[in-house]
Amino acid sequence: MSSTATKSQANAELKTAPHSALRTPQSALAPRPHVDFASPATNTALLCAKGLEKSYRKAKLVVPVLKGVDFQIREGGFVAVVGQSGCGKSTLLHLLGTLDAPDAGEIHFSGRRIDNLAPRARDVLRNEQFGMIFQFYHLLPELSTLENVLAPIMIRFGVLSYWRHKTAHIERAKKLLDLVGLGHRLTHTPRELSGGEMQRAAIARALIAQPKLLLADEPTGNLDQKTGGEILALLKKLNRDQGLTIVMVTHDQAIARQADHTVRLVEGKVAPS
Amino acid sequence: MYKLLLSWRYLRTRYIALASIISVTLGVGTLIVVNSVMAGFTREMHVRLHGILSDVIIESHSMDGLVDPAWHMAEIRKVVGDDLVGTTAAVHVPAMLTMTVRGQVSTRQITLIGVDEATYADTSDFRNYLLHTENRKQLSFALRDEGYGDSEHELPPSGWKYRRMKVAYDREFEAQRKLLESEKPSPGSTSNSEPPIPPDPTGVPLDPTAAAPTEGTVFDPATEQFTGIVLGIAIGSVRQRNAEGKVIDYFLCRPGDDVQVTFASAGMKPTALSDQFTVVDFYESKMSEYDSGFAFVPLKRLQQMRGMIDPQTGVDAVTTIQLKLKPNADLNQVRDKLRAHFPIDQFPYRIQTWRDMQGPLLAAVQMETTLLNILLFLIIAVAGFGILATFFMIVVEKTRDIGILKALGAPSRGVMSIFLNYGFSLGLVGSGAGMIGGLIFVAYINDIPKLIEIVTGQEVFDPTVYYFQQIPTDVEPLAVAGVVCGAVLIAVLASVLPALRAARLHPVEALRYE
Repeated sequence: MSSTATKSQANAELKTAPHSALRTPQSALAPRPHVDFASPATNTALLCAKGLEKSYRKAKLVVPVLKGVDFQIREGGFVAVVGQSGCGKSTLLHLLGTLDAPDAGEIHFSGRRIDNLAPRARDVLRNEQFGMIFQFYHLLPELSTLENVLAPIMIRFGVLSYWRHKTAHIERAKKLLDLVGLGHRLTHTPRELSGGEMQRAAIARALIAQPKLLLADEPTGNLDQKTGGEILALLKKLNRDQGLTIVMVTHDQAIARQADHTVRLVEGKVAPS
Repeated sequence: MYKLLLSWRYLRTRYIALASIISVTLGVGTLIVVNSVMAGFTREMHVRLHGILSDVIIESHSMDGLVDPAWHMAEIRKVVGDDLVGTTAAVHVPAMLTMTVRGQVSTRQITLIGVDEATYADTSDFRNYLLHTENRKQLSFALRDEGYGDSEHELPPSGWKYRRMKVAYDREFEAQRKLLESEKPSPGSTSNSEPPIPPDPTGVPLDPTAAAPTEGTVFDPATEQFTGIVLGIAIGSVRQRNAEGKVIDYFLCRPGDDVQVTFASAGMKPTALSDQFTVVDFYESKMSEYDSGFAFVPLKRLQQMRGMIDPQTGVDAVTTIQLKLKPNADLNQVRDKLRAHFPIDQFPYRIQTWRDMQGPLLAAVQMETTLLNILLFLIIAVAGFGILATFFMIVVEKTRDIGILKALGAPSRGVMSIFLNYGFSLGLVGSGAGMIGGLIFVAYINDIPKLIEIVTGQEVFDPTVYYFQQIPTDVEPLAVAGVVCGAVLIAVLASVLPALRAARLHPVEALRYE
């Protein structure tokens, strides 16, 4: 693999990277009207879900997936959700990430209820507060690595405001790609990247918007053990060095053990630990 | 921002969509070419149809005509007022024209028109179509010395010079014949042993009628002419190809030759009158209907011959009065005023504008243009369905990407506008290419038939069939803009449904899509 050298380099950088590496000058990310999710001092739980229920319809058959799940994560936490496939862990993550709405229950983020927000407000929330990474990376094949990383910023800003701070955005994306060890792959399309590289790019993309919360859906599920381990190490570093709150879904107990805390899902319910 | 970037990337990477837009390109190109040619054709036709007709024409139903045109003109001036530029009176009568070509008699059916030299040329474009440059300045029925034809029309030697030469030749021929007859007394042998005909110095037929003296007076064709007649070029010539395939006009007669014209007299019962006329010029209006059917003679002479002048009072009669109006006058309004002033139950006249007279033809061309436009736009609409299908395919193919965008916080409206932008830019590219192609085609339209001829060996644009030397075109910027906008609109409309589908995709299901 051509990137072995750069990976260790990236790790080294990660250790030495000043905390400000991820902080853009605030002027670059101009404030825009949105729901204020400033974390209240009174509540330590960044994300908190109560009694989540969700069922899917298959033809006339109603398949219950989540049957009253309670979940919470404090700011700066790293929680792994584990369970057999089909236990509803991905559904839980989608509900937490407002990609889907629960049939019953409530989700609070920074002390505000988010599961019943209007679609547009949920879009803004996902764009600005959440970062997501997936098992199959989900990069856009038409865009280069750099453009993929910039995608959330492009979504957030219109043409004019994007162009006004174009260089700042690009600088930031480059720094992030350096951070994940992909600084030499800016113009490559996802097709030309290896699995591990794609996941690194996806992590950079998830971080560009400076999210409070990173939702990871089986981030190592499609990678070999070594590469998966590297990705996991990267996530842990981000959690530790930058205080990034991470919810990770996995079916692998070994990987789940790397997290601070583990939640087991069995048949749509949280199993007592 | 991502909307523009993504639709731009899709545009550059999805060649299948570019293939679907080719039909739009072709449709737009064809529409532009067809519209330009039809517009050019219509313009050319208007000019030609209008050419020797004036703006408003008052025709008498009877061949005896309407009596006292001077009074009519005064009335018309009162009715029409300031819009009137000029009036002229004319006599139209069906006639038979006979000319002798190389000893053979050739007969044509024509409309003989008696025109007033002083005013006729001013009420229509007639003057501009004459072949002699002096006649274009001032119409005259006197034969000119020479100088007929121009770069477009190559005439063999014509005019007085030619006429004198021809008369000298004819006389020489006659003298030779008489000499031979006097040398050979035996009457039976003359027919068998005719002398060889001396080579024709002018390449022109022997014309016995030219030398025929008129009754009573001694007519010298070398110095005198009959009443002048101006023939349509297609009456006096035949257009065909020579051995090399070049299109040439073969002249049956030319200025300086004499022709026989037979027509009906006025009054009941009409009798056939016949007289000699000397061809003094040709005209070419490029309207075959006119060029092959109209011959012009002086009005006074025709009136005299047909008995249209009252011998007691001297009041004359004409069959038509033609009006020329100011360029932006409302022809229909003038026509209606005149119709009201000359009610049909009192005056047996037919009052028409030139458009009325050629109405069916103009309407046919207009209809053809409209139909072609509708058909071609249907083709673009069909192309629209092609875009629709292709776009649905692309949306399905891009389902996961749509899910990703939504997961990253792109609103449904944004996803929709990606595909609308995409459709818009495809339409723009397609119709832009079509427009450029169409305009280039129009610019080189006269070279393209030649190219096809070189490739296939088949002649496409045959100048013996059409009266145009070149295919006329007229690019109307508004029409071009309309076609392009229409095509872009169709492309956008076709992308609405797929875009809506993309916008409605549920992010979770889209992300799960394999």
